[in-house]
Amino acid sequence: MVALHLSPLDKKVVRDLRAMWAQALAIAMVIAAGVAMFVMSEGMLKSLFETRAAYYERYGFADVFAPLKRAPNALVARLQDVPGVSTIETRIKERVRLDMPDLDEPAQGEILSYPVGAEPRLNRLYLSSGRWLAPGNNDEVLLSEAFAEAHTLTPGDNITAIINGRKRLLSIVGVVLSAEYIYAIQPGAMMPDNKRFGVFWMARPALEAAFNMKGAFNDVLVAITPGANLEDVKDGVDLVLETYGGVGAYERAHQVSHWYVSGEMNQLRNMAQIVPPIFLAIAAFLLNVVITRWVEMEREKIGLFKAFGYSTWAVTGHYLKVVMVITLVGIALGFGGGVWLGRGMAGIYQEFFRFPFLYFQFSTSVFAIAGGASLIVALAGTWRAVRRAALLSPAQAMVPPPPTRYQRSLFEGGLTHLEQPARMIVRHMVRWPMRSALTVLGSAVAVAVLIGSMFFMDAMEKLIDVTFNQAERQDATLSFMEAQEPRALENVKAMAGVMQAEPFRAVAAELSFRGANRRESLIGLVQDARLNRILNQNYEPVSVPKSGLVLSQKLSELLGAGVGDVVIAQVTQGRRPTLELPVVQVSKTLMGSPAFMDYAYLGNVMQEPGRLDGVYVKLDDNQQKNFYKAVKNTPGIAAVSIKRTTLKSFRETMAENVLVMTFFNVMFAVVIAVGVVYNAARISLSERSRELASLRVLGFTMGEVSFILLGELALLSVLAIPLGCGLGYGLAWVWTLSLDTDLYRIPLEVTKQTLGFSVLVVVLATLGSGLASFRQIGKLDMVQALKTRE
Amino acid sequence: MSLSARGLSKLYRSGELEVAALSDVDFDLFQGELVVLLGPSGSGKSTLLNILGGLDRPTSGSVTFQDQDLTLLDDKALTLYRRDHVGFVFQFYNLVASLTARENVELVTEIATHPMSADEALALVGLESRADHFPAELSGGEQQRVAIARAIAKRPNILMCDEPTGALDSKTGILVLEALAKSNRELGATTVVITHNAVIADMADRVVLIGDGRVQEVRKNATKKQPGELSW
Repeated sequence: MVALHLSPLDKKVVRDLRAMWAQALAIAMVIAAGVAMFVMSEGMLKSLFETRAAYYERYGFADVFAPLKRAPNALVARLQDVPGVSTIETRIKERVRLDMPDLDEPAQGEILSYPVGAEPRLNRLYLSSGRWLAPGNNDEVLLSEAFAEAHTLTPGDNITAIINGRKRLLSIVGVVLSAEYIYAIQPGAMMPDNKRFGVFWMARPALEAAFNMKGAFNDVLVAITPGANLEDVKDGVDLVLETYGGVGAYERAHQVSHWYVSGEMNQLRNMAQIVPPIFLAIAAFLLNVVITRWVEMEREKIGLFKAFGYSTWAVTGHYLKVVMVITLVGIALGFGGGVWLGRGMAGIYQEFFRFPFLYFQFSTSVFAIAGGASLIVALAGTWRAVRRAALLSPAQAMVPPPPTRYQRSLFEGGLTHLEQPARMIVRHMVRWPMRSALTVLGSAVAVAVLIGSMFFMDAMEKLIDVTFNQAERQDATLSFMEAQEPRALENVKAMAGVMQAEPFRAVAAELSFRGANRRESLIGLVQDARLNRILNQNYEPVSVPKSGLVLSQKLSELLGAGVGDVVIAQVTQGRRPTLELPVVQVSKTLMGSPAFMDYAYLGNVMQEPGRLDGVYVKLDDNQQKNFYKAVKNTPGIAAVSIKRTTLKSFRETMAENVLVMTFFNVMFAVVIAVGVVYNAARISLSERSRELASLRVLGFTMGEVSFILLGELALLSVLAIPLGCGLGYGLAWVWTLSLDTDLYRIPLEVTKQTLGFSVLVVVLATLGSGLASFRQIGKLDMVQALKTRE
Repeated sequence: MSLSARGLSKLYRSGELEVAALSDVDFDLFQGELVVLLGPSGSGKSTLLNILGGLDRPTSGSVTFQDQDLTLLDDKALTLYRRDHVGFVFQFYNLVASLTARENVELVTEIATHPMSADEALALVGLESRADHFPAELSGGEQQRVAIARAIAKRPNILMCDEPTGALDSKTGILVLEALAKSNRELGATTVVITHNAVIADMADRVVLIGDGRVQEVRKNATKKQPGELSW
């Protein structure tokens, strides 16, 4: 055995820590929670950032994307000449419908052309199994991994797709990953649904044949030269594509997959910046009160050490060692917890984000920052108390501190009817206003942390309710490949299971107002719509005005245009008319940033009256299967999105994560609440043990004495609850602001259940802490109280 | 007879060692008398007071108060005994720092059955003018007199004083003893004063000398001295 030779003072450190282990552990846990959150979120952020950058780099992810109607291959040379362009890749990109034997409803897909026998210049694929496309075989496809996994498809399997209205049996030869579909989401969907949305790559000649695109392309990928101006490149590309049905080039920031991954990274960044400092601030406060009290009790010992000849620095160091040990234990637990959380998180991300590789990286800088910040905060919280005690002269230190000076508080008027124990509670609270306030704040933060995270569920429910029960009440949306004649509506009405059908138009346009531009579809809705409706600011349905333009609130903000302003709409399809549209209403929309017009009015200005781009339908629940069958057999339908499946898959995904999320949030709140309340109770008990023991001697029962101690905690907690609810609302509000995007808004919705649950968790943690200190009251030594002076 | 102890022993065990703080002590308290328990530190007088006051239990023996054996009572019943029948005065006053003099007294009168008013109790110890002061604003002697007022306000059957002048100079100590003598005289509470100061014994009706955990001698004072006549 190796004997550990500790100096007597170090032995004291060990024994003191043993004596205050519960309090020390409570503080270490708070530090650990903060460190773990930082290590997890910052580490994950770094991992995502570096993984994505490497992925983009290695597989040549484009900088600019430009969809268009159709252009001849010869146009590539002109695109190549646009200043700032380094590489051009063209391809064919179309929508397909899929007939999956394991699904009643049709699934959606995107199909893209891919070179055979050569690598594309941009957006190269990663082959995760199988082989590349072979020349000459027109039925071979490469399939996105997420879809393949969701349907347990492997190379060698076949799949039925409706390509340009024709049913085709495709043979899967390879399963791939694409930087373009790290987050693969169907356009218009809330969440990825790997079972109902898949991406395919097919040999270019095969796709050219299927879509009559021989020698042509309808999608351009652009890589820019370093230092080139993105806007100039986009403008240049748009200019070239204008006459070929270009609908506007956009950069990576607006590429859906990239946007979602960036959004997630922003959330991680917010988490890393907001949450750990809260935990560290609480830890600093707790260390401050615990260590301050402790060195007060150690006064005589400090006098003794100094009388023996220990220097002020030696004494300071001795007490700081205890602080350091607590902090280091917290940091170590936090490192472990952070790595564990990070690995778990990486697992969750692997489900949503498809990377060829994603490792949670242990970057030393993340650990160094977390550890360093914790140590600094811990020192900052305790330095003054320790230093003040260490500076006492031996003679001063050996004399007990003067009795605590109390005075009548400002609330004294209200105290006249109180009994003495209640008066003791109030005066004790008021005597240490800072500590009481911070204890209240600490418990309030625990409540707020819960509300601020749990409200997401409420907000999601509200989002679903507003979007699917108030606005988009259709069960399914059918989109045609091209605008149809009015009789297409009759055909849909005649389909099995259709109870109600409303036509809509969707016209691509560039909206501009005073220099602000925005590409958006003009959606034409029928008068007195029963299915897809627009909502006013109070989420109440209103009919679309017979003329003029209705902007969703987000679009109104983006354009800076309100009611009465005239917006210019440059239509980018058909005759490409330029329309001057007065804004007549601003509607409330939580998803997307649409613009609405009257169906007939839009048809008239397009000079295509009665034409429709799709139909909203309401279905007979018992006829759903028949309806799906009918859809699968109707070639002209390009896409169908079904509310029931959208909602179901969304809810399933949420439910999976919500339990895990709730568990961690509850853990964090409990760590904070217990850390704050338990330490407050122990310090209060330590300060007042002699007083409380005296009361026991005077004939006060355990219950009466506990009332004084726990009553104060209860009162502080009661004060903390409304404050916590307020802070929680504030936190929720901050989250809604940070998540206010073009794609969706999170409404600020906190239900009573969430408030109740959050308060309950913290109250239970408080009660638990109170109970733990109640046991300490039982151990009060009455005989000792008679003999000792404070 | 106010209180009667028979065959009290108290053993403390520390490791292999057994220390007898009290061995086979018989002790009687008579109604209304003022008894001084005199002995050097470690003699066992505090242990005796703790057992008589219901703060501690003997290892063996019995304590009879109003036909009840205190040694058989549970914690709850002992708490009630202290609450209803015993007043305590401590060496270091043990006032509640957050309460004024009056409020400290009220602390006890609120839970007692037949208390006097707090102001009455403070007047008995001559502190009516200091009623609204907090402990930190009072001198040591004043604090101890507040503690006496707090102890007597419930009209206790027995008043237990553990070194009540131990932390005070002699002049202040005498003021405190005068307050004790006065309350004993006017309220008739049986009063036990523990001290190692032999001078104080002169104000007692009876003096019990304790040494080595036993009663060494019981002495009756033929003439009681007034506290004002004492000096040390």
